[in-house]
Amino acid sequence: MKNKFLSLLTITGLVTTSLFGFTGCGSDAEDKDTLVVLNYGKYIESDVLKRFQEETGINVKYEEYESVEDMYAKYKAGSINYDVICTSDYMIETMRIEDELIPIDYSTIPNYSNIDKDIIEASAAFDPKHQYTVPYFYGTVGILYNTNMVDEDTVSSWDCLWDPDYRNQIVMINSQRDAFMVALEKLGYDINTTDTRELKEAYDLLCKEKSLIYAYLQDETYECMISEDAAMAVCYSGEAAMGMEYNEDLAYTVPKEGGNLWIDSWFVPRTCKHYDAAMKWIDFMCQEEAATENFQYVWYATPNTKVAAHEDAETLADETVFPTKETLSRCKLYEAYDNDTLNYTTNLWKRLKAY
Amino acid sequence: MINKMRSSFLATPYAIWVMICTILPLFYILGYALTNDAGSFTLSNLTAIADPVHLKSLWLSIRVAFFTTAICLLLAYPVALILHNLKLTNKGLVVFLFILPMWMNFMLRILAWQIILSNNGILNSILSTLGLPTLHILYTETAVTLGMVYDFLPYMILPIYNALSKINDQVVEAAADLGANWWTTFTKVTLPLSKDGIISGIIMVFVPALSSFVVSNLLGGGKVLLIGNVIEQEFTLARNWNLGSGLSIILMIFVLLSMSVMNKVDDSENGGMPV
Amino acid sequence: MNKFKKGASSLYLALIFLFLYAPILVLIVLSFNDSMSRTVWGGFTLKWYANLSSNDNIMEALGTTIKITLTSSIFATILGTTAAIGIHYMKKRHAAIMLGATNIPLLNADIVTGISLMLLFTRFTPLGEFSVILAHIAFSVPYVIFNVLPRLQSLSEACFEAATDLGATPMYAFYKVVWPEIFPGVLSGFLMALTMSLDDFTITYFTKGAGVNTLSTMLYTQLRKGIQPELYALSTILFLLAFVLLLVINFKGSARKEVFKNEK
Repeated sequence: MKNKFLSLLTITGLVTTSLFGFTGCGSDAEDKDTLVVLNYGKYIESDVLKRFQEETGINVKYEEYESVEDMYAKYKAGSINYDVICTSDYMIETMRIEDELIPIDYSTIPNYSNIDKDIIEASAAFDPKHQYTVPYFYGTVGILYNTNMVDEDTVSSWDCLWDPDYRNQIVMINSQRDAFMVALEKLGYDINTTDTRELKEAYDLLCKEKSLIYAYLQDETYECMISEDAAMAVCYSGEAAMGMEYNEDLAYTVPKEGGNLWIDSWFVPRTCKHYDAAMKWIDFMCQEEAATENFQYVWYATPNTKVAAHEDAETLADETVFPTKETLSRCKLYEAYDNDTLNYTTNLWKRLKAY
Repeated sequence: MINKMRSSFLATPYAIWVMICTILPLFYILGYALTNDAGSFTLSNLTAIADPVHLKSLWLSIRVAFFTTAICLLLAYPVALILHNLKLTNKGLVVFLFILPMWMNFMLRILAWQIILSNNGILNSILSTLGLPTLHILYTETAVTLGMVYDFLPYMILPIYNALSKINDQVVEAAADLGANWWTTFTKVTLPLSKDGIISGIIMVFVPALSSFVVSNLLGGGKVLLIGNVIEQEFTLARNWNLGSGLSIILMIFVLLSMSVMNKVDDSENGGMPV
Repeated sequence: MNKFKKGASSLYLALIFLFLYAPILVLIVLSFNDSMSRTVWGGFTLKWYANLSSNDNIMEALGTTIKITLTSSIFATILGTTAAIGIHYMKKRHAAIMLGATNIPLLNADIVTGISLMLLFTRFTPLGEFSVILAHIAFSVPYVIFNVLPRLQSLSEACFEAATDLGATPMYAFYKVVWPEIFPGVLSGFLMALTMSLDDFTITYFTKGAGVNTLSTMLYTQLRKGIQPELYALSTILFLLAFVLLLVINFKGSARKEVFKNEK
């Protein structure tokens, strides 16, 4: 009885292995109709991905990452050749300076005309000659707060995050660049400063904050706010919008000192092996239907002008989803750090976490 | 004789495997640990452990691992004892009931603890309904320790349970016959005889707890930086594989030290096996 | 045992079980939650179970997970069992070295094992499912060896020699004498390999190639941004399957033990 069971198991195993073992090898070879995409986690509607594969016949290997630094690490590891990547502005700038980008052939992307000219203009900060990128989503960094637990006046300044009255009710953003941005804005310094004294001051300020905060969170922030675990949280505008969908007591604002405007764009890295497929992909993302579906899933501000036709006035007027010109005027894009500053801030961030 | 020689050759495929998949990768790590970005020899990755940040995280890891192990031991021993005294005929059932939770994905289970322990979570909801003050547990060192205890408790229960079942019942009965009360029997007979299981359990909990990073990622709220987190971040975020490897080597040395201390206390014939 | 002791013992056991199974209950409840959020209750629903088979991502990750887990566990068991037999008959010094080396994957931090294997693999092959399978075999084999070896050691040499003296070929003697004794060890080693492989995240994370996703790695990327509730449903199903499977194996095992008890 026992031996029969084992024999059955062995046979099953050997059959399984031989069936699948052979499909396992060699599938990463240079297939003509493959595309390797790297994107933020949960940044695409799965239906859009499916439709792209069906309509173009290209097989997509879709990879995700959590943070900007994560993406850079994956790219630099070199174990996978990515064909097209979407990431944030300052990281694109870093890679451009490092010569990692291939120009995009805009003539093969007719749908590029759907993209808002203003956002393309703003992209000049990291793509000066408009050669390498196509915007995907954009937004701001601000404070998502619970109107029942804290009032609008308090959150009109970044100071509220240091208020001991809200001990254990504050969520700070778990992103090196953004956390420093908050401290620098509070101190009145330029968010792109490379002055080590100013950065150290920001670090000291963040250390003082650490004992007051509930946690450093990034993408789990909206869950935390929905369940009212905290009174206020620093997060991205899109995430705030999602939170507000679930809990009507939540509101979002960018404090008066100013915040960060971010633009996530598609680009083609040097490791690209399927350039034509990459062009088709980017064009597909700019398509009206795809962009609308993506927008309704991701809920971040889309630079695609055609999406507006599918949304009601309420959505378009929602300041959290689509930042007003006034808000945007208070926000700045990040500039890429040079190596020394990058090492310095990385070190400070690590020290903060160990504090 | 001939059979024996032929049989030991059965281990040859494994020996080759060990060379390639265990020993060789270690050399890779050592290589990275002893070089810097430019490829030249340096000890700075190893001496980096002296950096206050790294020392602090190592100390925090040791503290958390110690408390985790101690709590696991305190919780597990009575469980093993009670189960042993139940004299179950179906020992497999016991093992099965404690292994079963491991079949629900680990990260999901820790995520569930987030939901239970958060400021407005299940635990605090129950407490405030009963009129009791709420507890701030999530995103603290306590939560991380709790998460690790949760994860490693079965690894402490099982070896102790196995060790207890190897004890000859007649020895225990003899002690009672000779006039010893329950406590004396326990401390003088049962406890020493179960030493192997305790040591096994301690090793199987302390070592992984020391190098863990997922639990502190999920339950620490970015505020609890363990040495495992430091190493992980060096490899993923900071892309400093040299430093990450250097710290890993230090961690390994630490683990080996702990194990040799344990082995001095252990006088069993198991000779190197954790179970 | 007096009544008080018995009562206290039962209460204590119950508390421990509550502690171990509380998160699982939460997850099972969540699988019926009609809401995308994990903190808000939106009503009872079965739709996550219904949608499960049509969710391509999850089904693919599930398929990959099963493939990797089964393949690596079977190979690890075969490799580990033969290794255990070999080690058992080795000279003590050689055996000690082999066992020391076997301990290494168990003691090393997952992340160190994962990275070191990745560094090794990328030299020879592009990363993919195959590299993950190899990595899983690497960390599973020690469990098999440490489950089989004690059985071999408590085996009586005399039985095997008696069998060969009585005219049996070594193979036959092995099959009839040694194998039944070590089989429980092989099986528990196999089950441990299965469990370790199914739940593994770190090592898979570093050794997988593009487009390869197991349930664990898929969960990790989704953990932050919000998990697809279908995954709660899937986990509940897998859990119940494991429950049934282990129940079955256990009662088979206990039947055999009964037989031996009577024989003795």
